[in-house]
Amino acid sequence: MIRLENIQKVYRTDTVETLALNNISLDIEKGEFLSIMGPSGCGKSTLLNIMGLLDAPTKGKISIAEETTAKLDDKQLAHFRNKKLGFIFQSYHLINDLKVLDNVELPLLYRSSTAKQRKELATSALEKVGLSNRMKHFPSQLSGGQKQRVAIARAIVGRPEIILADEPTGNLDSSMGNDIMDILLELNRTDGTTIVMVTHDENMARKTHRLVRLFDGSQVQ
Amino acid sequence: MFKHLFKLIWNKKKQNSLLITEIFISFLVMFAVFTLFVSFYHNYKLPMGFEYKNVWAVNYSRPESLQSVRGDSVMLFNETVKKTVMSLNGVEEMSFVSNNLPFSNSSSNTQVEYKGNKTFTNIYNNEESYVKVLNLHPVEGAWFSKKDATSTYKPVVINEALKAKLFPTENAIGKELGSDDANKMRVVGVVPNFKDKGDFEAPEEALFSRLDTGDMRWSSAILIKVSPDADAAFESRLYKTLSNAISNSNIEIEHLTDKRVAKNKLIVVPMIIVMIVAGFLIINVALGLFGVLWYNINKRRGEIGLRRAVGATGRSVSSQLVGEALVLSTISLILGCFFAVQFPLLQVFDLKSGIYLVAMGFAILFIYVLVILCAIYPGKQAAAIYPAMALHEE
Repeated sequence: MIRLENIQKVYRTDTVETLALNNISLDIEKGEFLSIMGPSGCGKSTLLNIMGLLDAPTKGKISIAEETTAKLDDKQLAHFRNKKLGFIFQSYHLINDLKVLDNVELPLLYRSSTAKQRKELATSALEKVGLSNRMKHFPSQLSGGQKQRVAIARAIVGRPEIILADEPTGNLDSSMGNDIMDILLELNRTDGTTIVMVTHDENMARKTHRLVRLFDGSQVQ
Repeated sequence: MFKHLFKLIWNKKKQNSLLITEIFISFLVMFAVFTLFVSFYHNYKLPMGFEYKNVWAVNYSRPESLQSVRGDSVMLFNETVKKTVMSLNGVEEMSFVSNNLPFSNSSSNTQVEYKGNKTFTNIYNNEESYVKVLNLHPVEGAWFSKKDATSTYKPVVINEALKAKLFPTENAIGKELGSDDANKMRVVGVVPNFKDKGDFEAPEEALFSRLDTGDMRWSSAILIKVSPDADAAFESRLYKTLSNAISNSNIEIEHLTDKRVAKNKLIVVPMIIVMIVAGFLIINVALGLFGVLWYNINKRRGEIGLRRAVGATGRSVSSQLVGEALVLSTISLILGCFFAVQFPLLQVFDLKSGIYLVAMGFAILFIYVLVILCAIYPGKQAAAIYPAMALHEE
């Protein structure tokens, strides 16, 4: 489903050159739940951003769903992200000025759909994460766990084949973290969604199919 | 997407209220400025109604010898002056006139009445030759002539503006003005509107009355139509002739073309000042808008990064920010138009409704262009935000 070949990422400033990823090669199968672990600054989020086409590698090749992404322009990349990928972030990234339902509808605004279709899909996604009773609330009226569930609903509303989760339980206590993990596992099990999750939590990582460890930009496991 | 933008703006109405107020006030200021411009342009495009080229205005002080004599004596004196001036090679026509010369700052008003309908009008006293001096073309009836001197009523010529006020649906010729029999005036002709206050002023109601022996003693101005080749040497000759004919008098000769330029400056100079003040305001508004939009982008980097992650292209992010600014402007403009439309509805000033509507259109267009220009660059900056970076910062 996702193939990374000899991915290298170098960040350059006028005076400093930092090697963030060094020759990472990875094959992620369709329906797989993979977790990426490693100490802070080892390149986990950089790798996830590259998989999510939010960042481009300095060297190497990425193909997602058997499509090479290197030659895609801004419009094609945006379309690809919209159709194939769902993102979950540690800090939720909800728009505070929009209600829960509007937040969940967000990815659907960038594809052709009617207001009715958007509402139906968003309601269904919120039902899936158990938040259908909070549709008219603003994010500021929700707990951390609820916010992350809204973020999951937003990630799955467009029925993407891949979900990329960057420390989804990082800001939550263990109980809420377990709830979120259960939702992700359920999505993986029932819908066959491929999930790549960056985490610091060994317990969470153990629940996934495979664990990849990074250290100083290199894959060590 | 429009609904989405509206929701975003509505949910941030407190933060946006300042910007909406700023655009609203700018619109009202621009509406006022454009109303002035459109009104002046509208007046400028109207025909002058008379010919001022090669017409010279002579102002003289009445000699002491004429201060306390009878009107007949003044008339006789004027006839002598007229014969002397007309004998000059280069003088085509002349008329003694009241002091409210075209493009002068003097004005003379009177109230006229027709069947209880009263209105104020400018009154111009002059002779039969006035029509030739200013090349006026009556559209109804004719200019008064020497034959009218013996008529029971005082003959007057009115312009179309006064006709529209007094006889909107009737023929004006032969109608009598005034309630008092002794001072009744009979309309003998109608001339086109007369823009004697300058190019930018709307033509006002005008009534042209024949100078009779009673009025002559108050007249101290002459309009002279000269030949196109009249030069400075001719002007000097004319001055000497007039000085000899009207002894012990201060004589001043001015060209109506120069008086027109001077009169127009009275409008143009304040307009330039208004434009400069409005220009400063526009710069302030533009900087304010630009600053607020720029601030919004920096404040919303996380949101922009998220939108890029969920499928927005750089262009759609940029369009969204410009779109938001346009929705905000539209709210301000709806509010502004509500107030602006009261001017034609209530006829606050004596201007045609069309002038207000055109000015409103220009002001709306101006605000939209200003907002788009101020939003384009911040929008482009937003489009250039690197999503991975923006999401990481949050």
